[in-house]
Amino acid sequence: MGTEPVTMRWDPQLSGPRAGRRLYGALVSTQPQPDVDAARPAIRLRGLRKRFGTGPQAVDAVAGVDLDVRDGEFLTLLGPSGSGKTTVLRLIAGFELATAGTIELGGVDVTRRAPFERDVNTVFQDYALFPHMSVTDNVGYGLRVRKVGRAERASRTQEALDGVRLGHLGDRRPAQLSGGQRQRVALARALVNRPRVLLLDEPLGALDLKLREQMQVELKAIQRQVGITFVFVTHDQEEALTMSDRIAVFDGGRIEQLGSAADVYERPATPFVAGFVGTSNLLSGAAAEQVLGRSGTWSVRPEKIRLDLDDEPAAEAHDRSATGVVREVVYVGSATRFVVDLDAGASLVALQQNVQTSSSDVDAYRGRRVRLHWDPRHEVQVADPATAPTAH
Amino acid sequence: MLLSRRGRTILAAAMGLGLAFIYLPLLVVVVNSFNASQVFAWPPRSLTTRWWREVASNTGVREAVLTSVEVGLVATVTAVVLGTLLAFALARYTFFGRQSVSVLVVLPIALPGIVTALALRTAFQTFLGVELSIWTVAVSHATFCMVVVYNNVIARLRRTGTTAEEASADLGADGFTTFRLVTFPLLRGALLAGALLAFGLSFDEIVVTLSTAPPGVTTLPIWIFQNLSRPNQAPVVNVVAAVLVLLSVVPLYLSQRLAADTVTAGRL
Ligand SMILES: Nc1ncnc2c1ncn2[C@@H]1O[C@H](COP(=O)(O)OP(=O)(O)OP(=O)(O)O)[C@@H](O)[C@H]1O
Ligand SMILES: [Mg+2]
Repeated sequence: MGTEPVTMRWDPQLSGPRAGRRLYGALVSTQPQPDVDAARPAIRLRGLRKRFGTGPQAVDAVAGVDLDVRDGEFLTLLGPSGSGKTTVLRLIAGFELATAGTIELGGVDVTRRAPFERDVNTVFQDYALFPHMSVTDNVGYGLRVRKVGRAERASRTQEALDGVRLGHLGDRRPAQLSGGQRQRVALARALVNRPRVLLLDEPLGALDLKLREQMQVELKAIQRQVGITFVFVTHDQEEALTMSDRIAVFDGGRIEQLGSAADVYERPATPFVAGFVGTSNLLSGAAAEQVLGRSGTWSVRPEKIRLDLDDEPAAEAHDRSATGVVREVVYVGSATRFVVDLDAGASLVALQQNVQTSSSDVDAYRGRRVRLHWDPRHEVQVADPATAPTAH
Repeated sequence: MLLSRRGRTILAAAMGLGLAFIYLPLLVVVVNSFNASQVFAWPPRSLTTRWWREVASNTGVREAVLTSVEVGLVATVTAVVLGTLLAFALARYTFFGRQSVSVLVVLPIALPGIVTALALRTAFQTFLGVELSIWTVAVSHATFCMVVVYNNVIARLRRTGTTAEEASADLGADGFTTFRLVTFPLLRGALLAGALLAFGLSFDEIVVTLSTAPPGVTTLPIWIFQNLSRPNQAPVVNVVAAVLVLLSVVPLYLSQRLAADTVTAGRL
């Protein structure tokens, strides 16, 4: 394998619009990084395990993870609380020592290396800014300890701060910043070092919804412009779906499914993924036989299901249909969620846009008999019938 | 919390009484140091600075102050080094018996002074065969001074956690650099506050000093004690006491400011 200088990765021509080049100039210029092989994955995890504690209290926080993160990719680790996302990140950064398995960065085995010997930077969940330093000193810290000259340090720090639009707040202490500003300082502090890989542990978790959505867009734009590999942890499925190139869905220290947002959402591999990413709308066992005419466990996304009152004219012939009673009506503004108990035994959620209806109209559906119908193409088998846990 | 008007009045009165009980006697000491009457006739009929001048030229007092400062400094330095190391060991590492060790470390401050005094004296004289000197006094003081340093430092370590240090390592700093640029600066306030308290503790210790000092070595509190019962020395003792009242305020004020300062700096 030939070693291509990484200067390529920083080529401004490849890194997006002019505005981005000006804003993130500090991050996209020069500095070839010699020991990097473009053909190799940025991160390669093999058989990674981490056990905390011993004896009966032992916890397998990471229970065998194999993962290749491509160069320049935005990969999201998505999973419920306690599923091991943070631990995987801490293993990659070097804060925890793996119990078993290997970690490679750009083809180099770093499993036993200290954090300061790894070319990754982390944006911590609580930002972990240095409280006794100004914003400028925080951002310049990585350059300072790597003995970058004073002048270059000052200019790169300033550019990084401008890049996150905090150029005017350099003299403040972290305690004098808002949550969103701290978050951006943490981002600038990591990016100014031009790491190969940036690890982000729920960096938006502490922000309010509005700011969160704004930062999602900004983060994604920055990632495109600097071309750095991002490994992003979240337990918010919407965030994962909107930002990621690929998503690794975690449960119990394992990867349940790895794929694009569309893969994970439309073709969930297991009942867990179907339930965690989006609403789990599962038909299995007798209900599946009766409604779908086939066995196994099947998932239909709520927005694919249409809902009519039972006495209205029947749907198109090729549609799958099932009748039932509306148990619950949840008005969510632009749409309404109907929970329907099917005559066949299971219950399904149908999401209907409120195009013609208002909240008082939809409330009248409660307790009514309805007919659900959907295109069979939207039925996805989520697990082998033999191994799937039988519902009801 | 909101209080009724009556509640507030009662609270204010109680606080006033409590403070008066503590501070009126101290005020009397200070005023008496200027009292022209040798037997402290109250109220003072005329004021004088004679006693203050006498103290300034009293060699006994001067030597006692010097001894106290020497003992205090040695005890403080020892306490800072040992207390900090212990705090790090107990806050950052898990090992067998950690809980018991943390109790053992703070025990000296809970033990009656006379017991510590007796134990140390026996240890020095019988087991170690060390002659009592100013050093044995300082080392003895360090046993309990260490506790206040330890308490300050471990509280700070627990509160700041390890994320700042992890961030530093993540940004490429090795262990020593991280200590120099992150750990120590975050700890500085707690260390100074602990050191000031330790010095204060050592400075007014009597019981342990009495039993670990050789005959010729006299610290200031002991000098005061020895001269308290001599009527013709009373005015001089009174001046020394007044000076001590004023001096104690300084480290207390400083350590409180340091603690407050670093609390806000430590908040993230
Ligand atoms: N230092 C530790 N000691 C013992 N157990 C730990 C430690 N760190 C994590 N664990 C356990 O490992 C498991 C995985 O934790 P981890 O922090 O990786 O979860 P997570 O997916 O990041 O969850 P969250 O979304 O809540 O942050 C949990 O059961 C947790 O209790
Ligand atoms: Mg976590």
